[in-house]
Amino acid sequence: MPRPEARFQPGPMGRPAKQGVSTVKRRTLLATGAAAATAAAFGLPVSAQSPTKVGFIYVGPRNDGGWSQHHHESAMKMAAHFGGAVELVEQESVPEGADAERVMTQMALSGVELIFTTSFGFMDATSNVAAKFPNVKFEHATGYKPAANVSTYSARFYEGRAIMGHIAGKMTKTNKIGYIASYPIPEVIRGINSSFIHAKKANPDVEISVIWIFTWFDPAKESDATRALIDQGVDVILAHTDSTSPLATMRDSGAEVYGFGQAADMAEFGPKPRLSSIIDNWAPYYIDRVQAVKDGSWTSVQTWHGIKDGMVGIGDFSEEIPADVRAEAEALKQSIIDGSYHPFTGPLNKQDGSAWLADGEVADDGALLGLNFYVEGISGDIPS
Amino acid sequence: MDLSSINPVLLLSALIVASTPILLAALGELVVEKAGVLNLGVEGMMILGAICGFAVAVETGNPVIGFLGGAAGGAALSLIFAFLTQYLLSNQVATGLALTLFGLGLSAMIGQGYSGIQAPRTADIDFGPLADIPFIGPVFFTHDWVVYASLFLVVAVWYALTRTRAGLILRAVGENHDAAHALGYKVVRVRMLAIAFGGACAGLGGAYLSLVRVPQWTEGMTAGAGWIALAIVVFGAWKPGRVLLGAYLFGGISVLQLNLQAAGVKVPVEFLSMSPYVITILVLVIISADRSRVALNAPASLGRSFHASS
Repeated sequence: MPRPEARFQPGPMGRPAKQGVSTVKRRTLLATGAAAATAAAFGLPVSAQSPTKVGFIYVGPRNDGGWSQHHHESAMKMAAHFGGAVELVEQESVPEGADAERVMTQMALSGVELIFTTSFGFMDATSNVAAKFPNVKFEHATGYKPAANVSTYSARFYEGRAIMGHIAGKMTKTNKIGYIASYPIPEVIRGINSSFIHAKKANPDVEISVIWIFTWFDPAKESDATRALIDQGVDVILAHTDSTSPLATMRDSGAEVYGFGQAADMAEFGPKPRLSSIIDNWAPYYIDRVQAVKDGSWTSVQTWHGIKDGMVGIGDFSEEIPADVRAEAEALKQSIIDGSYHPFTGPLNKQDGSAWLADGEVADDGALLGLNFYVEGISGDIPS
Repeated sequence: MDLSSINPVLLLSALIVASTPILLAALGELVVEKAGVLNLGVEGMMILGAICGFAVAVETGNPVIGFLGGAAGGAALSLIFAFLTQYLLSNQVATGLALTLFGLGLSAMIGQGYSGIQAPRTADIDFGPLADIPFIGPVFFTHDWVVYASLFLVVAVWYALTRTRAGLILRAVGENHDAAHALGYKVVRVRMLAIAFGGACAGLGGAYLSLVRVPQWTEGMTAGAGWIALAIVVFGAWKPGRVLLGAYLFGGISVLQLNLQAAGVKVPVEFLSMSPYVITILVLVIISADRSRVALNAPASLGRSFHASS
């Protein structure tokens, strides 16, 4: 197999070309490098024998039991759906930063036509690489920087958080719930707010403690944070990280604490401490998008699906939850599905007491996508 | 802010759990470096110890045998390094780095069937009435045997290195392997044993992660703990007491900052998050500030290959 990188050398990547000539040269080189991709983009018939190469980049290991594993499993379902017509290229445990750019460039150069970058922190790397490979298509999960060849997709996890928050508010005996947060990005802040709003509705005395651990995947740190919350009297913990270690720590702590599956069902930790779960289901989306590439109908879209569209699944409610609370949670889920209720419905104030949403007003998607403040009642500052 | 919600007893107790894996790995590496060998594969040996310990504990149902399995796994991996560097005279830095990569991959492969499984619990030792002493009891007498073993190991390593003939030979090999060889000591054999000891300690530390601290097997679960252990050996100036201090400081501040966050302390989270690294390095650098003495304590032959013909 030819080594495209070798041909790539005359035009150093990332450095603006001074002369128009070299720019053209570089573009030509890139086009040849990604020959398969160009064929598809120019509408040339792609022969049935050559499978479409689809790339996936994961921030953690493929079997972390949570976030990355569900992307991987959805990718496998997608590949199985297309049989031999799709060739899957996966790269796991890719650090967010320069390494991600290198991995994407490698994939683009080796003829991958569609690259899914499955972590928020890959956003800038995705934009940079996408700008260099206009004929390769990118799909970035949970981000907000679309481009002509970059789609963004995410799930309305906050809908699931609303249900978890309601259960948490009902189940806590100490009136203290905890939230293990990864990075201060809108997705995580939405989750904290949604959990708290609904816990507070279920139990007006509830308080929330948030711990930021600045990593998606570090089982030991996730465990330490879980232990710190338990030691301070928190008895229901929501985790927004990728591994199952918070649930494992709760299970072995011997304390009366409850948690939830995150990204995956994590049913193996039920019926206690796992009460329910938010399950990411990306497979239908992946199948759609790969089909679009095969049909030549792929365009940049911004997808944000919730429980109704099946992208967010709600795991079975544990028997530990009293029957009436289970019924309430189920009703809340149905009201979100039929659209009669939106988890961010006013009256809601910002943390500093200023008004955000008037009575009955619903937050629009733009406000939610850039959410960077706590609602009233949550103490502490969001790290910048 | 509500500092009263932080219970110092539980905090100190959690500190010990968080520090033990790093302490064990750092102690092992200290002995290895004292023998003049730089093994950068601590991370790899730890993670292999984590999966071997977990797998053996699950299969036998006995956590003690699990810990032995973890130590054996770490030692076995370190012997690959020992063979390559001591007999084939490969570069220690490159071989150590390769060992880390190999350990991460190998552990992921062995661990395929062990995700989401529960390991048998390691029970705390029952000290009877001692555990009922206010404050001291719950802090010091409610831990599992590995914690006490690691503290015993600190004393044992210190004693062996400074008070025994074997320790003197090991240090002689680390200071000047040619002189030690001329005196008739088996340089390669001493180093092989030191490396195996280091591997066993790292494996034990890894097993503590997967069997007690987390407690489950997850790929890549050491997440850099091995590198922290390596840094603590250097900043602790190759002294067991300071390595203990460094490990407990790092583990302690890691746990403390999480507790401060949970209690809602008004300190920016960014500062809290970096505090374990900054404070540990600062404290160890300050107490090791006398450069002439530190230089004396650094093994002179560290990282140099030895062959009897030279």
